[in-house]
Amino acid sequence: MPYLAKSPWVIHYDGSSCNGCDIEVLACLTPMYDVERFGIINTGNPKHADVFLVTGSVNEQNISVIKQIYDQMPRPKVVVAVGICAISGGVFKECYNIMGGVDTVIPVDVYVPGCAARPEAIIDGVVKGLAALEEKRKRLPEEIAAEKAAEREEKAAGAEALAEAAKEQAGGADGPATEVGAAADEDAEGSEKASAEPDARIEPDEGAEAEGKGGQNG
Amino acid sequence: MSKRTVIPFGPQHPVLPEPVHLDLVIEDEKVVEAIPSIGYIHRGLEKLVEKREFTEMVYVIERVCGICSFGHGWGYCKSVEGNMGIEVPERGEFLRTIWHELSRIHSHLLWLGLLADGFGFESLFMHSWRIRETVLDILERTTGGRVIFSVCKVGGVRKDVSNEELKGIADILEGIKKEFTTLSKVFLDDYSVKNRLVGVGVLSTAEAAELCAVGPMARASGVPLDIRLDGHGAYGRLDFEPVVETDGDCYARCKVRIREVYQSIDIIARLVATMPDGEIAVAVKGSPSGEFVARMEQPRGEAYYYSVGNGSKFLERMRVRTPTNMNIPAMVKTLQGCELADVPMLILTIDPCISCTER
Repeated sequence: MPYLAKSPWVIHYDGSSCNGCDIEVLACLTPMYDVERFGIINTGNPKHADVFLVTGSVNEQNISVIKQIYDQMPRPKVVVAVGICAISGGVFKECYNIMGGVDTVIPVDVYVPGCAARPEAIIDGVVKGLAALEEKRKRLPEEIAAEKAAEREEKAAGAEALAEAAKEQAGGADGPATEVGAAADEDAEGSEKASAEPDARIEPDEGAEAEGKGGQNG
Repeated sequence: MSKRTVIPFGPQHPVLPEPVHLDLVIEDEKVVEAIPSIGYIHRGLEKLVEKREFTEMVYVIERVCGICSFGHGWGYCKSVEGNMGIEVPERGEFLRTIWHELSRIHSHLLWLGLLADGFGFESLFMHSWRIRETVLDILERTTGGRVIFSVCKVGGVRKDVSNEELKGIADILEGIKKEFTTLSKVFLDDYSVKNRLVGVGVLSTAEAAELCAVGPMARASGVPLDIRLDGHGAYGRLDFEPVVETDGDCYARCKVRIREVYQSIDIIARLVATMPDGEIAVAVKGSPSGEFVARMEQPRGEAYYYSVGNGSKFLERMRVRTPTNMNIPAMVKTLQGCELADVPMLILTIDPCISCTER
């Protein structure tokens, strides 16, 4: 068993649950259920966490919070939706402020049913999540390599465009030969800045796309 | 003069099991102002009365909060029963009172654990929750659920508990009392615990009254406010005094809750000893058509349940006002002038239940 599955750290966020599931998540940490014997530790820092336990459903106000916590977690990561509210909205499904389950915002790996979910079920959910975590860990190098390759291609394409732009600038410039070089250099610098901007605009889009795919696959 | 900075606190924060956001305006290490903003777990469940029949609505109202869920269910039933003029059989009221007091014990133990976790005393947290599990076992055995019971219904209760089992419960609680005594000594006498609690976040009697604090928050500041004294349920049969402390600091709030655990154990023992026989529920006929306000003493303080009926199976309006909602102004008051490192303590000592607050 790799080290990651031996000691997964969990982070817990309460979407809009009734608190019952949150308290059961905390009850898992205490002597009766004691998940620490499996190496599971509850952390408050998303950057320390491997498993994201979400209780309660999504609403307008917390949608950004859930997304931010998920994005801040390092890969590989798994999401466990705890309780019926996190799965579909449960008893509150028809309330005006409920947008639905957690999977409407972030990809969910394990669903733990129950109202409130029992500690045994939550522990089982996390253990099932570990299998998914292991899968993702194995796939991670490939994913990173693919992303890097995409990035390199992008850069190469950007550099080509840059070179072409510089050529055009240099060809179009008039004046004495001695000054042409200097002017062309300056122009090239200027065009670099100019061309850097559209590139910068493209980059995050493509990056986000790749990330989105990564999220879906993994 | 030093520079003012705003520090955001929450919604996701290690000491908060639930999301609430505070903007802390600080000057050096002193908090000058705290601006709370809520709404992260607002569900709008009051509006569900238009879609759920009044008998089904109990399940929704129970889920206002997963800690004091029994009390919420009871409060709603009481409101609708008042509306319809239903008299609940005595045994039903006794059982309700016992379950409610059990909820209070588990809620206070939960809070003591969170408080210990808040000031970094991990093992004290673990021991509080270990004792709490025994109470949850009793609740599970008698109602079928650990946190959501669905045992209260309009007209009475769904399940009966035999007299032998009730005696057994009283015995178990006696055992808990012994363990809890060991634990409460640490909370009340330990040097480092006292260091974090004594004199921190003082709320005077006048301030508590003016800011409409409720529950242990008010009682720790010397306001003897306890809705149980109005004699609803089986409380009218008992003769008891509300637990009141006068210091108004975090230590007093801790002490009030510890003394209330003993009080609840005592109340349950007395109820078990005088348990009447008979029916546990009456049949409900017709639909609510008036309006009624029921008040309850939840573990966190006074809650009220307002219902308006229109003669149909669906209520016209349902309103729940919860204790944490009332304690937020007092919390903001205690936060002013405190040190940044004490902020988690002060938020915890009102025993915030954000699910209740936002419904």
